[in-house]
Amino acid sequence: MFRKIAISAVSALTLMTSTAWAEGEATTTDVAFSFEGPFGKFDEHQLQRGLQVYTEVCASCHGLKFLRIGALAEPGGPNLPEDQVKAYAKAFPIYDEASNQQYLDPATGTMRPLTPADHYPANASLQAPDLSVMAKARKGFSGPYGLGTNQLFKGMGGPEHIYSIITGFTGESKEIAGVTLYENHAFPGGWMAMPNTAVAADAVVYADGTEATLENEATDVSAFLMWAAEPKMMTRKESGFKAVLLLGLLSVLLYLTNKRLWSKVKGKKLAL
Amino acid sequence: MAGIPHDHYEPKPGFQIWLHNRLPVAGLLHDILMLPTPKNLNWMWIWGIVLTFCLALQIVTGIVLAMHYTPNTELAFASVEHIMRDVNGGVMLRYLHANGASLFFFAVYCHIFRSLYYGSYKAPREVTWVIGMIIYFLMIATAFMGYVLPWGQMSFWGATVITGLFGAIPGVGTALQEWLLGGFAVGNATLNRFFSLHYLLPFVIAGLVGVHIWAFHTTGNNNPTGVEVRRTSKAEVEADTVPFWPYYVIKDLFALAVIMTIFFAIVGFMPNYLGDPDNYIQANPLATPAHIVPEWYLLPFYAILRTFDNTVWVVQLAHFVTFGIVDSKLFGVIAMVGAILAMALAPWLDTSSVRSGRYRPMFKAWYAVLVIDFVVLMWCGSQVPSAFTGWVGLIASTYWFGYFFVILPLLGVLEKPLLQPVSIEADFKSHYAEPAE
Repeated sequence: MFRKIAISAVSALTLMTSTAWAEGEATTTDVAFSFEGPFGKFDEHQLQRGLQVYTEVCASCHGLKFLRIGALAEPGGPNLPEDQVKAYAKAFPIYDEASNQQYLDPATGTMRPLTPADHYPANASLQAPDLSVMAKARKGFSGPYGLGTNQLFKGMGGPEHIYSIITGFTGESKEIAGVTLYENHAFPGGWMAMPNTAVAADAVVYADGTEATLENEATDVSAFLMWAAEPKMMTRKESGFKAVLLLGLLSVLLYLTNKRLWSKVKGKKLAL
Repeated sequence: MAGIPHDHYEPKPGFQIWLHNRLPVAGLLHDILMLPTPKNLNWMWIWGIVLTFCLALQIVTGIVLAMHYTPNTELAFASVEHIMRDVNGGVMLRYLHANGASLFFFAVYCHIFRSLYYGSYKAPREVTWVIGMIIYFLMIATAFMGYVLPWGQMSFWGATVITGLFGAIPGVGTALQEWLLGGFAVGNATLNRFFSLHYLLPFVIAGLVGVHIWAFHTTGNNNPTGVEVRRTSKAEVEADTVPFWPYYVIKDLFALAVIMTIFFAIVGFMPNYLGDPDNYIQANPLATPAHIVPEWYLLPFYAILRTFDNTVWVVQLAHFVTFGIVDSKLFGVIAMVGAILAMALAPWLDTSSVRSGRYRPMFKAWYAVLVIDFVVLMWCGSQVPSAFTGWVGLIASTYWFGYFFVILPLLGVLEKPLLQPVSIEADFKSHYAEPAE
């Protein structure tokens, strides 16, 4: 147990993908994301790169049905200009309605292009899970001894789990009842339906010139999916920060009031 | 109010007398706020205020959340995401409500274990204690039904497991279970009635909290010495007590502010730490999660429920002597409910004439083991069942029942208690110097 923790800590530092592997047990690589901790913030550029990976690679199989496209322009996220988001929505490919690449408006029943007010389309074409809240629906870390305190220090590990899945393929595959399964050390059980060729190095050409290694793509898209799972994370931390400051101040004031008030009743504690 | 003698409200001529003769509300408030309270209460007496605050917080955030939530199996999960993404302040509202439940239970466990140590449940406070236990039971029901509302995987499967327990009752079990669910399985009817009851029960709890406070305002607070406030004269009362306002109001508010600081740090910086990630997966009746667990605050009793399986000889014995009516499932349910009932019976099981654990040397050790036992049970409940957790769970469950049904009755006979102080004033003076004026 401890050896494994030590190994994952080391791999977090070096961002290496090789971890100890026990049969059937999923391993998660710890990634030092910018948004971790009370003061951590999303890196706008990373989210934009992650958006590119999602759009050009993941979206062909995975939907993002709870995310409103317009959120891409809101502060605390990828922060794209509104006209760019508008153009992005219009051009977003819809795989379920492959025949005409248009969006079926649930209100009017007519086909039309997507707008920023719409959510991303669901994509059930290949039964791949929706990714809207995936980064919160998985835990990367647990233990030790079932106590869960590792999560206290490393975080829940949802985005790390996604990173580890993308980088965790061994290249092995097998066929069971007509379904090809691919070996992946980050996946519980060790074999998953997502093909090991789904994400590869240089699957995208980053607009900002970042090298599109598999690790970079995995880190960027994991960060993007964390934002997609909780677009209000920055406001949440801000509210928490303000509340802690104000309540801390209130605590000090009430401590002094209380001390003064009780000094009329209670003297110094006697040594017994 | 009856009980400790103290100054009562004297309405001034004019509006005050006019109102007092028609509705003595100012007198009631005066009596509640000016209640003589033992002056030696320690920091374990703050949890009542924290709990009252939690109830208010849950009701206020809950009412607003209900304005945006949709109790329909097709829409519930999406409506929670809508709250998290599109409702102004929705993120904070929902995380405050979800983590508020955890704070509520943390506080109630501190409150209960304080009572168990200082003998607050003993005469004349048995009614306060039993009402408290009813409130705790309703809290469990409310929290459980609230957890079903987001309609995640753990919501659905937790509801399936727990409502399945009613099916264990012989004869009427299946009929009762279907009546509760509104169908043969957890579905839209279940979600709707759970939403309705989750909205209703907090107000029942609020009513009972009123009765709980009324009861202990009649008997007066217990205190760390367990020695009653002397009440033959007002001078004695004043030597033993201070008025609730301002002394305890300010002290409790200070404690509440510190706890709120920690609470808001959790809500703001790590709101999902206490939750199960599986509940961010939409409920799917066709896919059972590998490991179904309740939230942390229900784990000790969940562990007791799970412990009594077919391999335990008591269960086998019960099965044999009842001709199979009591099977392992029913036995587990009885044990789980019995574990809470055992606490409720504490006033009649504890035979010691000494109230506070402070003067009971043997009791102290057994009590400490009970606290550890509770934590061990919590751990057990969270684990994937194995032979090891089975044994640990069995020993821990046995101790839980043993403490209430064997140790508490025996200690009163076997233990030689220490000398108690003659009064709160005497104890206070032996611990604190005279205040420097």
